[in-house]
Amino acid sequence: MTLPMKILAGAVRHAILLTTGSLVLAPFVWMVSLSLKPPAELFSSSFTLLPQHWFAVENYARALTEAPLPRYMLNGVIVCAAILLLQIMICAPAAYALAKVRFAGRQVMFGFVLIGLLIPHQVLALPLFILCYGLGIFNTYAALIFPFVVSPFGIFLFRQFFMSIPDDIVHAARLDGLSELSIVWRIMLPMSLPAVLAFSIVSVVSHWNDLFWPLLVVRSQEFMPPSLGIVTFANAEAGNDYGPLMAGATVVVAPLVISFLAAQRWFIEGLTAGSIK
Amino acid sequence: MATQMMRNALAGVSIHGISKSFDSAPILNGISLDIRDGEFLTLLGPSGCGKSTLLRIIAGLEQQDCGTIEVAGVKVDRLRPKQRDVAMVFQSYALYPHMTVSENMALPLKMRRLSAWQRLPVIGALLPKTCAVSAEIKTEVVRTAKALGIDHLLAHKPGQLSGGQRQRVAVGRAMVRHPAVFLMDEPLSNLDAKLRVQMRGEIKELHRRLGVTFIYVTHDQTEAMTMSDRIAVMLNGQLAQVASPRQIYACPADRRVAELIGSPKINLLEATARSEGLLTVAGSALAVDNKLDSGSSVTLGIRPESLQPAEWAGLNTLTGRLRYVEHVGADLFAHVDVPGSSEPLVARLPVELASNFQSDQIVHLQIRREQVLLFSADGRRVSEGDARVTPLRSYAQ
Repeated sequence: MTLPMKILAGAVRHAILLTTGSLVLAPFVWMVSLSLKPPAELFSSSFTLLPQHWFAVENYARALTEAPLPRYMLNGVIVCAAILLLQIMICAPAAYALAKVRFAGRQVMFGFVLIGLLIPHQVLALPLFILCYGLGIFNTYAALIFPFVVSPFGIFLFRQFFMSIPDDIVHAARLDGLSELSIVWRIMLPMSLPAVLAFSIVSVVSHWNDLFWPLLVVRSQEFMPPSLGIVTFANAEAGNDYGPLMAGATVVVAPLVISFLAAQRWFIEGLTAGSIK
Repeated sequence: MATQMMRNALAGVSIHGISKSFDSAPILNGISLDIRDGEFLTLLGPSGCGKSTLLRIIAGLEQQDCGTIEVAGVKVDRLRPKQRDVAMVFQSYALYPHMTVSENMALPLKMRRLSAWQRLPVIGALLPKTCAVSAEIKTEVVRTAKALGIDHLLAHKPGQLSGGQRQRVAVGRAMVRHPAVFLMDEPLSNLDAKLRVQMRGEIKELHRRLGVTFIYVTHDQTEAMTMSDRIAVMLNGQLAQVASPRQIYACPADRRVAELIGSPKINLLEATARSEGLLTVAGSALAVDNKLDSGSSVTLGIRPESLQPAEWAGLNTLTGRLRYVEHVGADLFAHVDVPGSSEPLVARLPVELASNFQSDQIVHLQIRREQVLLFSADGRRVSEGDARVTPLRSYAQ
C-alpha cells in the first residue's frame, strides 16, 4: 500500500471510530452539561455545552439532599460487593473443576454452563420472583443478591483463563501439599488476576445499573440500589426538574466510569486472553 | 530431623507390574523396576515411550491401571502426591509466577508445618507459634538458597530470572523439604547447550551431596550416560534394558537400545552367515565368535570407534567410497558409502589422518572384531555366551 493510501485508510478508520465514539459519549456529555445548568437554560433554543449561569452547586446539593442518594449508593456498594464476592467464591472452584480436574460428565457440565450463558436473565425473572416470595426475602438485600450469585459468564471466563495455565503448575502445587481448594485460592486465582478484574468490572457495572430486578423485589427506599433510586427520585421529587435529576445520575455513574478508566488495561487483557494466546 | 534422615536412608523405590492406558491406548505395559536407595536412575527413551507417565505415576499425579509402587518399603498407591515424600522438578519448572522466589520455596514447608488457620493472611499471624514456625521456614529457605547460589534472588519473581536461575529455584523448591526421592522430568531440556552441560554437573553434584534417590527422565542419551548410576531404557511402554551406562553402551540387549545410545549413532549393516564363524557383510567377509546357522541373516552393529583405517582390503575389512569427512576438533568422522547400505557408515578416526582423506576416494576400514554387536532378525542381541552380556531381569507378567 502506498503512503497516501495508508493515510487515507487511517483517516477513514479514525472517522468511523470518532463517529461511533461520539454517538456513545453524547448522552453522557449532555447529562453532565444539563447537571450544570439552571432550569431556565435547560430547554433554551441555543445549544451550548457550558451553562451561561453556573448552577452546579444548587443542582448537586438538591440531588444529594432531597433524595437519599448516599443511601442508594451505599446500598449499591453493599449489593454489588456481596454479589461479586459470592460470584467469585462459586465461579472459581467450579471453573477449576471444569478446566483442570478430570471427572465423568465434565463436558456435559460445561455444556450446561454454556446454556446458562445463553439464557437472558429476564426469562428467569418469574421463577426467581416466586422463589424469593417462597423464601420470604422481598424487600431485603438477600432478594437483590441471591439470584445473581451463580454466574455462568464468570464460570466460563475463569475456565478459559485457567485452561491457559499449564498443568505442571497444578501438579507442582499438589506435590507441594496444596489441597484442591488451596490451589484455586493460592495459585489459580492470583495467576488469573486480569480475568478477575475483567469479571469484576462486568459484574459490578451490570448490577450497579440493574433496574429490572430491583424494581420487582424492592419497595422500600432503605434497600434501593442507585438506578431504582434515581427512577423514584425522577417520579416523586424532581418532576420536570431535570437539573438535579441529571446531577443525581452523574453522581451514580461516576464511580463506574472512574473505576473502569483505572482498570482499563487489565479489563482488555482479561477479556482477550485465551483468544489470542 | 533425625527421623527424617533415618527414613531417607532406606528410601528405595520398587515398581511392580505398572500398566497404564489412556483412552484404551496402552502407554505403560507391565513395568517392574527396583531402584536402590540413593541411586541415580535415569529413565531414557524417545518421546512418547511412557517415561514421563511412569514418573507421574510414581509422584501420584496419575493413577496406574494396575501394579503397585513402594517408596521406602511402604505401598504408596493410595496416598496423595503430598503424602508420598517425593519432590519433583518439572521440565517447565512450574514456578508460581505471582510469588517471589522465597515464597515459591517456602510454600511446601508452609503447607506442611502451618495449620490452615495459621496460613490465613491476617488472623494467622496472631495465632501462637505462627511467627516461630515462619521464622524457622525462612531460615531453611535461605540456607537452601545459599547452597544453590540463589540467595541474592529471593526477592525476585520468577519472570525476572533467566532459565538457569529458574531451574535452580525449581530444584530449591524440591530440595527444601528434604524429600526421600527426587523426581526430575527433563529438567534441562529448556536450557541452552552450554548451561545444560553446567547444570548436568550441578545436579550430579547435588545427588552426591544429598545422597537420596534420584529418578531422572530424559530423552537425551548424553545426560543419561553422564549422570546415571543405572539407565532404564524404555521403548513403547516397556523396559528394554536396565543396566549401568557402560553396560548399556557396550552390551545393549536390543538393537533399538543400541541405536538410542551413542553419538554418532551405531552403524547397522545387514549380514548373512556363510559358514560357522564367518559372515558376509557389504561385500566383505567377517570372522565372528558366534555360532550362527549358515544362511541366517543378522544385523551387524559397529560403533564408529570400532572402525580403524586399513591399508588394503581383507578379512574383517570393509571397503567403500568416502562421502565426506566431519572434523569436530578432537575427532574425525568419516562418512563412507558401503555396498548394500543406504546409510553411510560412520567411522571415528584420529584427527591426524585428516589430510589423508579426500571425498570420493576408496577407503578400507578394519573392524575391531571383539567390539562387534550382532542382532538377530527380531532385534535381540545374539549372545556369545560370555560375560559381556547383561543379564536382563525378566518381569513378564
